[in-house]
Amino acid sequence: MLNLKKHEFLKNKAREVRKEIVSMVHRANSGHVGGSLGAADILTALYYHVMQHDPKKPEWEERDRFILSKGHCTPVIYAVLADCGYFPKVDLLEFRRPGSHLQGHPYQPKTPGIDACTGTLGIGISTGVGMALGAKLKKQDQYYYILCGDGEIQEGQVWEAAMFANKYKLDNVIGFVDRNYLQTDGYSEKVMPLDPLVPKWESFGWKVFEIDGHDFEVIIDTIEKAKKEDKPVMIIANTTKGKGVSFMEGKAEWHGKPPAEDDFERAMQELG
Amino acid sequence: MEYKQTRQGYADALIELGKKNEKVLVLDADVAKATLTEQFEAVFPDRFFNCGVQEQNMLSAAAGLALEGFIPFASTFGVFATCRAGDQMRSSIAYPKLNVKIGVTHCGITTGGDGASHQSNEDIGMARTLPNMTVIVPGDYEESRLATHAAAKMHGPVYLRFGRDKYPVVPEIHGGFEIGKAKLIKEGSDITIITTGIMVSEGLQAADLLEKKGYSTRVLHMPTIKPLDESAIIKAAKETKGIVTAEEHSILAGLGEAVAAVVSENHPCPVHRVGVMDTFGESGQSQELMDLYGLRAKDIVEKAIKILE
Ligand SMILES: Cc1ncc(C[n+]2csc(CCOP(=O)(O)OP(=O)(O)O)c2C)c(N)n1
Ligand SMILES: [Mg+2]
Repeated sequence: MLNLKKHEFLKNKAREVRKEIVSMVHRANSGHVGGSLGAADILTALYYHVMQHDPKKPEWEERDRFILSKGHCTPVIYAVLADCGYFPKVDLLEFRRPGSHLQGHPYQPKTPGIDACTGTLGIGISTGVGMALGAKLKKQDQYYYILCGDGEIQEGQVWEAAMFANKYKLDNVIGFVDRNYLQTDGYSEKVMPLDPLVPKWESFGWKVFEIDGHDFEVIIDTIEKAKKEDKPVMIIANTTKGKGVSFMEGKAEWHGKPPAEDDFERAMQELG
Repeated sequence: MEYKQTRQGYADALIELGKKNEKVLVLDADVAKATLTEQFEAVFPDRFFNCGVQEQNMLSAAAGLALEGFIPFASTFGVFATCRAGDQMRSSIAYPKLNVKIGVTHCGITTGGDGASHQSNEDIGMARTLPNMTVIVPGDYEESRLATHAAAKMHGPVYLRFGRDKYPVVPEIHGGFEIGKAKLIKEGSDITIITTGIMVSEGLQAADLLEKKGYSTRVLHMPTIKPLDESAIIKAAKETKGIVTAEEHSILAGLGEAVAAVVSENHPCPVHRVGVMDTFGESGQSQELMDLYGLRAKDIVEKAIKILE
């Protein structure tokens, strides 16, 4: 159970993260705001409560890992990593600028705290299960958190990774599908139907939980349950793309559109 | 100067083709808003197929549609067609020589802010090394439109390469399109600049700069990378002192290396390449990346002077 103080702390962090997301994409006039806002609560729960990590030691071998398989959502991970202290917050001003380590999509060799290169949808989950197998071979004991988009899991590679994780009993893998029902071209069930998702993942040998991806209490409780499983776990997190900014919520158009000046001001006002 | 998207030329041509031939189908992989094939979908919803984020399935399914007698145009970003679905391009489409057109956008460094993961600087090389594949890299909006029509007219696999940004409209390259034919857009006898794709406008500017320095400069525009117009290249090698190639692509495996091979086997002369060095790109605005990665008229001039002096 989360105490009230912790709950308030997380809520506040998520709000700050959301403001940073909107600012970064506005400043760069480029980037993915909708999917970043929608995932802000999951990343906040992970980095500020669940994960064993130390921003002063980004190379610590036994740290928990996070892989942003939906690699276009760099604004949310950069905002969180900067706030945790992996790199100075001023670096965020250089998001998507030449020479910056904060590339449009995650670049692991350059950014402290980024655990894998992604951007091509589908590759992150495979890299993640490979890392998780590596940890087992080294007899290390940590968790690999992998965040996929729902559009992303239309890629065949995702299901190849799913089989692999089942075969090698990777109970150190805890995945999320950010189930916002939206992708670039619109409503996912129209673009390429995915439902029913729970039995799909179950039939691939994963333990599946379906939760509200904006409820800290539920996110954290579910991860605790996931850790007790002896197989890979997929958490289907029902989310709202654009969460926190009313006029972006549930709107496909805010997938990859940078907020113009007035949109930016309205958004920042709403976020407080 | 007027600026227009090359991908809009593709999208406009698809609708024109759709009206003429009901066998024309369009497939996309969840980037129809970006490739602009959503415009075809709006007119022909029954002949548009969004595959979701599934480039591999899309390309092999397009091969299946071609086997059933349709003319599928499969669209995604260049990097995902060639790198993610390279095997499907090779085994399902090129090897059986099927009538699939692969129309890709967001190619080259001008993809901009998305950075290296999305900037395909290698795709020309991947496409042109596939037997049976025709490879076309149009220079502006109008040439993109004409090239798409030409691709539909021929039977067999075609790779059509477009960008994300708005690019200069170059009237010198309008007025017709023949696959496999270079366009001699400026005569000259000291040096030849060979361009492909959007580098045509930089090539023409470079020619102006060189003329001001007193060098008679030929500009040959080569929207078709394969089949290559070898006779135009050999003629340039014979009639001028050397060749500078210019492409918005890696200097490896693209236009430059193709030209150099033809020249060295037929009439050796210096060939210098302007293009992205053997390095990944990065995020930035498309125009500043053109500067940073050495894809400007001044970079072409520099190489030309090296040959001439
Ligand atoms: C292999 C691949 N194909 C296409 C793209 C282009 N693309 C970027 S984001 C996106 C849609 C992703 O939707 P989803 O996974 O649902 O993410 P979210 O809704 O959380 O933003 C697409 C198709 C890509 N990055 N990688
Ligand atoms: Mg989604």
